[in-house]
Amino acid sequence: MPYLFLAPAMALFVAFFAVPIGYTLYLGTRGTKVSGLGLGKGSRREVSVGFDNYQATLTDHEFWAGWLRVLGYGVVVLTVMLGLAVLFALLLDSAHARLKRVSRIAIFLPYAVPGVVASLLWGFLYLPSLSPIHAVLHWFGLQANLFDPDVVMFSMANIAVWGGTGFNMLVLYTHLRSISPEYYEAARLDGASEFQIATRIKLPMLVPSLILTTVFSIIATSQVFTEPMTLRPISNTISSTWSPLMMVFTQAFKNLDLYSAAATSIVIAAISLVLSFGFLRVVRKRAFSEES
Amino acid sequence: MPHGLPRRSALGLLLGAAGAAALGGVAACSSDDDKTTATPEETGPVELVYWTWAPNMDKIAEVWNKANPNIKVTISNQGGGNESAAKFLTAAKAGNAPDIMQAEYQMLPSFVAAEAVADIKSLVSGAKSAFSDGLWGLVTLGTDAVYGLPQDSGPMGLFYRVDLLEKYGVAVPKTWDEYAAAARKVHAADKSVYFGGFSNKDGGWFAGLSQQAGGQWWSIAGDTWKVGINDAATTKVAEFWGGLVKDGVVDTQAWWSNEWNAAFTNGKLLTWCSAVWAPGVLSSNVPSTKGKWAMAPLPQWTAGESFSGFWGGSAASISASSKHKSAAAKFLTWLNTDPAAVDLLVKQAQVYPAASAGQSSLTTPPEYFSNQASFWKDAAAISSGARGFTFGPNVNAAYTAYEDSFGKAIQAKSSFTDALTSVQQATIADMTKAGFKVAS
Repeated sequence: MPYLFLAPAMALFVAFFAVPIGYTLYLGTRGTKVSGLGLGKGSRREVSVGFDNYQATLTDHEFWAGWLRVLGYGVVVLTVMLGLAVLFALLLDSAHARLKRVSRIAIFLPYAVPGVVASLLWGFLYLPSLSPIHAVLHWFGLQANLFDPDVVMFSMANIAVWGGTGFNMLVLYTHLRSISPEYYEAARLDGASEFQIATRIKLPMLVPSLILTTVFSIIATSQVFTEPMTLRPISNTISSTWSPLMMVFTQAFKNLDLYSAAATSIVIAAISLVLSFGFLRVVRKRAFSEES
Repeated sequence: MPHGLPRRSALGLLLGAAGAAALGGVAACSSDDDKTTATPEETGPVELVYWTWAPNMDKIAEVWNKANPNIKVTISNQGGGNESAAKFLTAAKAGNAPDIMQAEYQMLPSFVAAEAVADIKSLVSGAKSAFSDGLWGLVTLGTDAVYGLPQDSGPMGLFYRVDLLEKYGVAVPKTWDEYAAAARKVHAADKSVYFGGFSNKDGGWFAGLSQQAGGQWWSIAGDTWKVGINDAATTKVAEFWGGLVKDGVVDTQAWWSNEWNAAFTNGKLLTWCSAVWAPGVLSSNVPSTKGKWAMAPLPQWTAGESFSGFWGGSAASISASSKHKSAAAKFLTWLNTDPAAVDLLVKQAQVYPAASAGQSSLTTPPEYFSNQASFWKDAAAISSGARGFTFGPNVNAAYTAYEDSFGKAIQAKSSFTDALTSVQQATIADMTKAGFKVAS
């Protein structure tokens, strides 16, 4: 009887998770076999290639180079974005803060801008002849190429930080609001300053929310696609395999090899899983030890 | 566009009807081994879906539909060549491809390799004489099949700002050596100004320049593909541009960006090696410099030659899954060979027609090049010297490798020859993986 109530959820899970994932796994073991010139009827067959596609992805130098780039990008995004989110949340929550509602919305607003639009917008700001950024730099006698191979990672991280800070701030701020004010009263009676309350009480209590937002951010950064894909047409420095997910796109729609693309996306999903669960394992003890 | 449509549509009506009648006979006795076309004559009303990105195609289809109520063509406008190619291949795989598809010459081999387009040799047997051998080769891929009808072509020339060349005291370069000298001279006169640019954003552009030099990136020997992307001719082209990029005397910013448009508008970029469709691009991207441009033949590798290459251009193909192949072939033959239809293609869709007769009938220069009365005559002369090319089955993979390798080389100011070699290797690796027989 209880399984009957589970049935709708199971049906949805099978239809929208199990079947597509299973099909992708299957596609990853397929490949084309061309005979002769590959022109004309029947010259192209779909065959089973075992784990060749998976192996090809795992041994592809460019695939790991992409991960390395994303790792660097992720470190910047995670530290800056979550750092800013914590800072904004604490400031908004402090007793002295004015214009809370307006600031909250202003900080959150960029999250409402779709990634593609944000990337286009920043792309314009990065191009020298149109950009106020360059005009300001010029003022100080500086000249920078924001698409330089060494800089482009930061230019892209900036877009993610701009778009993501508001969302994470809101999660953290909501958590702060749910903390009972009795803690603060007790702290004040003990003579704690606002700064001490923020760092000694609020911050430790925020840890579970911080872990949540970090896991979300790890998953999001490991799948970075929109920013580099949108900036690619206006920059020479972003290759078609800049991030792992761009590699999937290139394999599927440029090289017309859906099978390799399926295998690569499975590998990316597995790596994202390992990264986010790995992070959870590392922090679990520290995060929840106080509660248990 | 001028509104002479009523007169022309009446003409199209007559000629279209006559063409359809003439071709009806051919279609009736066609024998395609494909089961789906086993019904020889489609008598009932037929609806055809045509994917294209050329503007105003619906107006041209309207002319046809009026004359041929039994074969109704519906236009579905798809984004540019690259996206629509991916869309078409995906649709073909999913089994809901359109009947007719505009196919860039460079993508056609991929379509054929994916079995997405039909061999229509028996359905368009009379059309061959309307096109030059070079363009016809692009739709046969050097085999004895016919995978579409040529629609437009893009012979390359040098587009330049007349006023600015004068300002910097540079003559229109006749050879690539003169081009290099002009690039150095202009950049020396003003560090923010470039004579021309090199782009890693369009493999088709570089392929066109390689054609001019005599490069053959793909060729067929028996049942083996030969890949020669780093052949002597192309290496020469790569080294030439690599030298200019290394010395920083040509612009290397990404093409098609706003920044690039601004460079044209502000007179920071004086010339553009492009194709006959350039007037359309310039008039929409750089409207303010109208009337200041002219077209010359591409600079030559050896003085006195008159070679060019093709950049872009497309055919119209019939998808392998279409249930109305002979009706589609009737329409395509009309569209690309009938004088009235080709005239519409030029005036409405603003293409440089593939049909030889259509090219010579062009007289009024594009509005944007109003100062060059001989524009179309010059274009025809350039076109006649354009060298052909056989595109391989994985052009997209090669172009992607070109974008990546040359992008890196531009940034690092490293060897373009090495970049070319890695394009060659990536292309061969991609073909080998799919199981093609490849000789390099």
